[in-house]
Amino acid sequence: MTLLRLENLTKSFGGLTAVSDVSFGVDEGTIMGLIGPNGAGKTTVFNLITGNHRTDGGSVHFDNEDITNWPTYRIVALGIARTFQTIRLFQNLTVIENVLAGCHCRMRSGPLAAMFHTPGERKEEQGALERALGDLAFVGLAGQEIQLAKNLSYGSQRLLEIARALATEPRLVILDEPAGGMNEQETAALIGTIRRIQKRGITTLLIEHDMSLVMKACERIVVLEYGIKIAEGTPDAVKNDPKVIEAYLGMED
Amino acid sequence: MYIYGVIFVVLALAPAFLNPYWVDVLNNVGLYAILGLSLNLIVGHAGLFNLGHAAFFAVGAYTAAILNTHFAVPVLWLLPVCAFTAGLFAALVARPIIHLRGDYLCIVTIGVGEILRIALTNDVFGITGGPNGIFGISRPTVFGYLIRKPYEFYYLIGAFLVATIFLFHRLENSRFGRAVNYLREDEIAAEGSGINTSHYKLAVFVLGAAWAGMAGDLFASKMTIITPESFSFWESVVMFAIVILGGSGSIPGVLLGAVLFVGLPEAFRDFADARMLIFGAAMVVMMIVRTEGILPQRPRSYPLPQPGESGGKP
Repeated sequence: MTLLRLENLTKSFGGLTAVSDVSFGVDEGTIMGLIGPNGAGKTTVFNLITGNHRTDGGSVHFDNEDITNWPTYRIVALGIARTFQTIRLFQNLTVIENVLAGCHCRMRSGPLAAMFHTPGERKEEQGALERALGDLAFVGLAGQEIQLAKNLSYGSQRLLEIARALATEPRLVILDEPAGGMNEQETAALIGTIRRIQKRGITTLLIEHDMSLVMKACERIVVLEYGIKIAEGTPDAVKNDPKVIEAYLGMED
Repeated sequence: MYIYGVIFVVLALAPAFLNPYWVDVLNNVGLYAILGLSLNLIVGHAGLFNLGHAAFFAVGAYTAAILNTHFAVPVLWLLPVCAFTAGLFAALVARPIIHLRGDYLCIVTIGVGEILRIALTNDVFGITGGPNGIFGISRPTVFGYLIRKPYEFYYLIGAFLVATIFLFHRLENSRFGRAVNYLREDEIAAEGSGINTSHYKLAVFVLGAAWAGMAGDLFASKMTIITPESFSFWESVVMFAIVILGGSGSIPGVLLGAVLFVGLPEAFRDFADARMLIFGAAMVVMMIVRTEGILPQRPRSYPLPQPGESGGKP
């Protein structure tokens, strides 16, 4: 089943068309890669899916719901979570609180319930805390709960963003360069984490420049160049596509 | 923890040792502490620069004054009404401006505060009494006991302050409290984590304003006469400074800020001329050496399982 479907998505900034008529679908339960040279419009596609930018044309469908131009928080509540290319953690808050941010959309208690400490509120807080601890352990950050986010290493901050995204209980996670700034061991561990996310039944769409990660982890790949989709297929098919080689993998080592 | 207990006991017994003048000074400290805590939700926790908080204080005070003098409603019964009118006023003015960032919001809130003060001075709708204000507001009664003397007000304001601290402490450590901190730290990340940021900005603004409205009710019944002068821009600045200097987002910090800003000037009356100079210098030094305030916000604690040997992967 196609979980996410983009149809003729278009976005321009001033005179520059960043994304032009892009269409593709992501099947439920798969790991999909979105690659392309710098400035190809990959992050813009992500921003259009998650409602950070307004589209100029085309539509985004998630689970048969038209979510084009929905506000971001509603898209998250529906089941799409993301991480950011430039890490956007709540730097001065603790690691556990960063993950609890993700739990927010699955909780209900308002300010009055908090002030009067209703039993429902306490139970909900307890449940959220357990879930947050679980997601922290899942990405391998157990034991770091009370650190401030800004004190984590770069790689750990990327993992914390993934934990925060998972805490929203998504059906689709969108990872924007998850291996950016990671060393080889960390990248290898990240591939394992992405596969374990898949085992949880969560679909993944990721942007990555590290080709070894993309080729190892992704089942399907979409290639963008200058905002246009130039290829789509399995890693092997994409690797051997002459258009892709010309545009992107063209430089032989 | 001990220290807070000792302070509480000392303060509870304080009126027995102080003359009425000093008790009244403490009453003002208490009122400003309540106002500071309400502004702390907006400025300290949500990071929304509001330099017009006196406006909401004024709406509460005038609501109490008008309803009490015209319809003889007991002032303490008016607490929820004052909260409602101040909150409603905040919702109306904040709705179109809440998306503004930092300094822009700051300027607009200054404008709101000034417009309200001028409207009150010009006797808007013929109910605010113009520059003379409204006099003859009745004193509060608690279970038939009339509150008039400074030490009686001391316990009334003290009780309200303690309730405020208690409720706001819980609010801080909740889903709501965290949500406003997230939007202060990074609005885009907060929205991307599923938080309806514009809703929370408005909600925290209205809640802080409503609390200031209740403080206005207490103020009106304490003074029995209110004039627009009591709600000048300077009052907003004092409240703002209490939060920033004491410690943004920190309840003990704001309480300390109220003592420093409202209590200390009384203690140094003899140096009245140099007061502002000393204050200005102290603020400059503070902003250089301790930008987060004297007692900054501390990370919340959670009932975590005891950390074992596993330190997690690096």
